[in-house]
Amino acid sequence: MSAAPYITCRELITFLGDYLAGELPPAQNHEFERHLAVCASCVQYIATYQETIRMAKTAMTAPELRIEDVPEDLVRAILASI
Amino acid sequence: MISESSPRADDAALVAKLRSGDSGAFEQLVRRDTPRLLRVARRFFDSEEDARDAVQDAFVAAFRSIGDFESSALLSTWLHRIVINACLMKLRSRRRKPEEDIEQYLPRFLEDGHQVESSAAWNESAETALQRAETCNIVRAAIARLPESYRVVLTLRDIEELTTDEVAQMLGTTPNAVKIRLHRGRQALRTLLDPHMRGKK
Repeated sequence: MSAAPYITCRELITFLGDYLAGELPPAQNHEFERHLAVCASCVQYIATYQETIRMAKTAMTAPELRIEDVPEDLVRAILASI
Repeated sequence: MISESSPRADDAALVAKLRSGDSGAFEQLVRRDTPRLLRVARRFFDSEEDARDAVQDAFVAAFRSIGDFESSALLSTWLHRIVINACLMKLRSRRRKPEEDIEQYLPRFLEDGHQVESSAAWNESAETALQRAETCNIVRAAIARLPESYRVVLTLRDIEELTTDEVAQMLGTTPNAVKIRLHRGRQALRTLLDPHMRGKK
């Protein structure tokens, strides 16, 4: 098998979504892994990209955003509008 | 076997009452689900009034279309989709605010394909950082800065956890367009959080 040139950081980052979703064809997936074996910057990019997704979910669904009480005025407005 | 107290069994009883025009059942549904649906709507709007209007629109739509509810679904899932659609309709109907160009927050590359600036590790995990209210607020403010078409896709996929196909259908676009917008939205959000998480405030 010939040693094809590594994909670039640009290619890796552009198609990162497909890579993380496991949607790349096996040959391309292999190229991603070859790149990641030698590129610390892209490894960090992926780690921080995944942290970003976790942070968005956690910050937007944090317990302090929960509403414990039923907003009575809104309930009345809804019941009046149907 | 589904026990009598399962959500599906509870739903079936409630749906039967709703379909028979039982106003008490509708009030029960409104009281049960308003807090949860309002929490969803607040993720789409800065203004509390807009979020409340969307929840009201959603219940009106639900009441009109209770006949379409399929008993194989959960009432809570069905209402979740309805409130999201109400939010999307409301967003579409109003004039968009001027927005920042997302390009400036996407990674930049040299001619040889390397990143202009190498990516570095963050100082702490998301979990640790988010224990501080300040970080939660920074993340929320960063999401609010994303251009609307990216923010909406990121919210639908990463926060509401709808599938790519569901989002494409709701937005009247292709799954591929959803994937591209999601990736760009996440990249921009990562760029906005990077200085804070690297300790370079």
